[in-house]
Amino acid sequence: MAFLDNAAGTRPDERVVEKMLPFIKEQYGNPSAHFYPLGRESFEAVALARQQVAEFLGAKEDEIVFTSCGTESNNLALKGALNHPSRKDKKHVVISEVEHFSIQNPLIDYLNKGYEITKLKVDETGLINIEELKSVIREDTALVSIMFGNPEIGTMQYSDEIGKVCREKGVLYHIDAVDGAGHVKIDVNELNCDLLSIAAQNFYGPRGAAALYVREGVKLVSVLQGGHQENGLRSGSENVAAIVGMGEAARIAREEMDDYVPEMKRLQKKLWEALSNMFDFLHFTGHPDRRLPGHVSFWIEYIEGESLLMWLSLKGIYAASGSACSSNILAEDEEDLVASPVLTAVGVPDDVCAGSITFTMSKYTTEEEVDKVIDELPGIVKKLCEMSPAYNRND
Amino acid sequence: MSKGPYSEKVMDHFMNPRNMGEIESANAVGEVGNPACGDVMKIFLDIDDDGIVTEVKFKTFGCGAAIASSSMATELIKGKRVEEVLALTNQSIVESLGGLPPAKIHCSVMAEEAIEAALKDYYERKGEDPSIVDKMKENIKKDNPEGGN
Ligand code: FES
Repeated sequence: MAFLDNAAGTRPDERVVEKMLPFIKEQYGNPSAHFYPLGRESFEAVALARQQVAEFLGAKEDEIVFTSCGTESNNLALKGALNHPSRKDKKHVVISEVEHFSIQNPLIDYLNKGYEITKLKVDETGLINIEELKSVIREDTALVSIMFGNPEIGTMQYSDEIGKVCREKGVLYHIDAVDGAGHVKIDVNELNCDLLSIAAQNFYGPRGAAALYVREGVKLVSVLQGGHQENGLRSGSENVAAIVGMGEAARIAREEMDDYVPEMKRLQKKLWEALSNMFDFLHFTGHPDRRLPGHVSFWIEYIEGESLLMWLSLKGIYAASGSACSSNILAEDEEDLVASPVLTAVGVPDDVCAGSITFTMSKYTTEEEVDKVIDELPGIVKKLCEMSPAYNRND
Repeated sequence: MSKGPYSEKVMDHFMNPRNMGEIESANAVGEVGNPACGDVMKIFLDIDDDGIVTEVKFKTFGCGAAIASSSMATELIKGKRVEEVLALTNQSIVESLGGLPPAKIHCSVMAEEAIEAALKDYYERKGEDPSIVDKMKENIKKDNPEGGN
């Protein structure tokens, strides 16, 4: 098997799982019940995890709010900032057109509430234009939210420079760093951000644990109403085992990233080069250099994404597709079969968007897995080309 | 194989498409595109003097459901008379495939339409009015109000 869909979630590190197990089995105390040992153990475990995640991001412990997933972190950043009474007169938000749905969709409600949203265009490599960003920020801009790295096309923004602009203009800056954390150093001070989302599942931690970094002094309101957990910003009993796992994953990533990332980059380069020599009708997407480590994405003329994805899967190669068809195969109706907005944004024609494929590696990716892709892909592509009425070549 | 959104029949026709290819000397060729997804399907038929489909091939640029639908459709019309071919609906394709996910029904419609387009081409080549195909389809629907899509 070649698992190359790590943007969807990495395999948890064995050490992470080990650390989690006791908190699923015997240490089941609620951290809020710290007056007896069972609760106290959980309380301390969450505190340690908070410290580990803070160190991972170059933040302070009380700047970390644990949530359940990247989507929740993004929602909390957005709604928490916009709904705060101190920003009630600021009704303008700036994002890019390649943001995740968990940024784009919550903003639809705000449009109805009289907010204005500016979506910055990206160039064909997926980068926003910093000068344009400067020109669209206004007096009443409440928030700028631009992701760190794009999971579909791999492009990494110049987040630190975006941060500088926001600083100068005195505007709140949120980064969705779900893709990137664990493979690229994320330091909230170097990035000049006020809010930043990460999710454990993307750096060898468990699903079900994520965090929002909230710079000291930045005021947010809670999205969930309830108890006092997480500084009142995220009520609800903590998912202790997952949080413990996230802490351990953060520790490991911080200490070992420099060891495993170079190998990921080597394999990325190997795959990239092999693909560029394979067919002249294969087109890479995203930025050639400013890419997430281990991220290779492309589309192939004459070939539809779902068919390619299914064939890869039949050969034991697991990848992702920007394809509307495959990602929405369980959709209720065909209206949902629209081209990926990210691919459209970087100028890939609508009808070929269906053909885009994304391979994402992890620290566990092996040479054999990459070789398997290099071996199998030509045959699959040949088969699909033969079947394609658009393909009329004799070579 | 584990159960996914596609039935085993669909997977089988996807992996081992029947009648894939082209007929150079075809006397009926139909091509349709699907605006919803940019996919394209092309059907080639050989129809003999008795109006029987003796040979059929397809080429498809499309999703798994589209490939399986074209493959199944070619199986269903091979050796049939033109009138029987026209009676083929996307529903019977879906049924023969053991079902399709709701968002993928339109892929089977594409197969029905490609065949219809091929038959229009057939009549046109014979110097007849291709709209006869529409009329014949209407009549079939009248006789069988449950059918069609
Ligand atoms: S033919 Fe386009 S989604 Fe099936």
